[in-house]
Amino acid sequence: MAQELTTRASVELGTAHFKEANEQVRVALEHADVVELHCVYAQRYLGCAMPAGKRLEIHGTPGNDMACYMDGGAIEVFGNAQDQIGNTMNAGSVVIHGRCGDAAGYAMRGGEIFVRDGCGWRVGIHMKQYEQKCPAIVIGGDAGSFLGEYMAGGVIVLLGRPGEYLATGMHGGVIYLRSRLDEQDVPQGLVLEEVDEADKELLRDLLGRYNVAFADELGAPVADDGEGFWRLRPASSRPYASMYAS
Amino acid sequence: MLDYLLPRYKVERDRDLCVQCGVCERSCSNQVHRVDDDLGRVVVADYAACVNCQRCVVMCPTKAIAITRWPQVDSGSANWTLGSMQDIAKQAQTGAVLLSSMGNPEPYPIYWDHLLLNASQVTNPSIDPLREPMETRVLLGSRPGMLKVNEREHKLVSPMPPQIKLDVPLMFSAMSFGSVSLNTQMALAMAARELGTYFNTGEGGLHRDLEPYAANAIVQVASGRFGVDPHYLEAGAAIEIKIGQGAKPGIGGHLPGEKINAEVSRTRMIPQGTDAISPAPHHDIYSIEDLRQLIFSLKEATRYAKPILVKIAAVHNAAAIASGMARAGADIIVVDGFRGGTGAAPKRIRDNVGIPIELALAAVDQRLRDEGIRSTVSLVAAGSLRNSADVVRAIALGADAVYCASAALIALGCHQCGDCSSGKCNWGIATQRPELTRRLNPEVAAERVVNLIRGWNHEIQEMMGGMGINAIDSLRGNRLMLRGVGLNEKELEILGVKYAGE
Repeated sequence: MAQELTTRASVELGTAHFKEANEQVRVALEHADVVELHCVYAQRYLGCAMPAGKRLEIHGTPGNDMACYMDGGAIEVFGNAQDQIGNTMNAGSVVIHGRCGDAAGYAMRGGEIFVRDGCGWRVGIHMKQYEQKCPAIVIGGDAGSFLGEYMAGGVIVLLGRPGEYLATGMHGGVIYLRSRLDEQDVPQGLVLEEVDEADKELLRDLLGRYNVAFADELGAPVADDGEGFWRLRPASSRPYASMYAS
Repeated sequence: MLDYLLPRYKVERDRDLCVQCGVCERSCSNQVHRVDDDLGRVVVADYAACVNCQRCVVMCPTKAIAITRWPQVDSGSANWTLGSMQDIAKQAQTGAVLLSSMGNPEPYPIYWDHLLLNASQVTNPSIDPLREPMETRVLLGSRPGMLKVNEREHKLVSPMPPQIKLDVPLMFSAMSFGSVSLNTQMALAMAARELGTYFNTGEGGLHRDLEPYAANAIVQVASGRFGVDPHYLEAGAAIEIKIGQGAKPGIGGHLPGEKINAEVSRTRMIPQGTDAISPAPHHDIYSIEDLRQLIFSLKEATRYAKPILVKIAAVHNAAAIASGMARAGADIIVVDGFRGGTGAAPKRIRDNVGIPIELALAAVDQRLRDEGIRSTVSLVAAGSLRNSADVVRAIALGADAVYCASAALIALGCHQCGDCSSGKCNWGIATQRPELTRRLNPEVAAERVVNLIRGWNHEIQEMMGGMGINAIDSLRGNRLMLRGVGLNEKELEILGVKYAGE
């Protein structure tokens, strides 16, 4: 049960069903701004639609769809995350001290996801951006196939290697790669360029925060000057403009 | 390159009636008509640009205009029709995928027209809806297997799942802001409130001007997640997950960048001028279990306070899929037949993919009944309900309620020209051009839709009364009220109806 500690509370989820677990978390968040979750065994939807000013610290393994529709809250996971974190996330931040599964950041519109290690397939699929909202995903390790598929906005920084079918259908946003792709590996309709000063400034900010979160446990910070990165972006925001005739 | 296209239509102008007022020229965004000042009279300038929207015909003060087919004969072949050859000419010119709009126009069987309704004679006398109560209210949502009631205090002991209440057995199907104008959505929202039913935002977000109507809105979540945030999910009376659409099963959506103006951009929460691409699949759904994950993410986000609809296109295995949807936690199953409309779909998909709603609906209802789970979910049929008799047939085949869109648009002025994707709709419906959207007055348009549905609802009451039925619940799945004509045995078996005379 929830124990109130002024603005901190602690909840042990154990094997509770996600419906019960999320209700416990919601009750705890009503009384405290920071809620620690212990013994988390793959309960789904933790932090669902969580607003700004609220924070979850998750010890264990959160289940699928963590931080779905999240609206300004913060989640830190001390372990690995499963599939589809940050689904349609609107604002907020997610920090994973481990790796995450498939489809992280699906249709994410705002906020940030920092993953210390690698990620599964289809991460950042259909990420978008809108006015001041520009979501960012930083992946410390390798990515599975289809990274940034249908990407319509936002920023992905990949420190490891991309998988196959990188950024197919990408029509907005930017992916920063630490390693250059061979010419024949640059997907159709996309352009690969060296980063410029503005890119480096963005990378310094994101990588600096990656280091704040993970440098200690990695034993050393990653280089955060943005040097040597490559920028992958779509050649057109209208990739299918001439595909149809009526 | 010379294009080999012929005009599709010809404008016939009665020179005796024409007063050369120029209304036709001002009516036409396709610039078919042109007033030639040198000649001092109206001349038709460009037949090839005419799409047969009939705006000029309706607006002409002297009814001097009629649109006819282009008189060119075809090759004489029943195989190589003019239409099929013109499609080839277009693709030879452009190398493009042919785009089309509105519902499948091909002459496939319309099963509604082969189903006749019953009426009481002598026994079980008919009921006069003018003098006796006649219930057309429908509650949509999942239903518990059992209900505990405290009879002494007249209170429910077991919780009821969330439901939405329709005063008429009909809702307006999803049409997004972007595919249709805000005035169109506004008209449907106002009509829904007046009628005690619901409109559907489509995958285009909820425009801030529609928020006062949110209690009558079903908000849609589709693969592109446009406009979806916690506020949007909280705003609607119910949430619909769109898996598929009858007009384009297996295909996503694609709103071209030129239609993403400032307002559409704000409502969808995407940048102006970029293509809005809804991928064909939800990339988080590869199984019924994954669908369950999305359904429950929406239930969690709204604290289990709203029913979740899941909409699929009527396809070959619709019955088995619907069973999975019910087990995945969908409260309301929507099946959209292959005649359902669209703002834009590849022509070959629209005209060749999917199955008729009549067969799909009967199959889904039967499958859910066979599995003993029909009563746990609601079933909504969509995909071209043309009149109140079609609504009665759909309910008798097993639907709790229907979705209609094309009929509502026709009430607003749509003449089914099928040119929605051009964005030049002269009726102010499928366009974002301010000079065209202002042609549709939302108050007047809402009144026309309310009139239509009130008329339909009264007809539904009369048909029910004729059958001796005084509540629409008693009509649902009551296939004995239907008889088939001109159908083969297999069709009768799937529809679950007897032949007329049996």
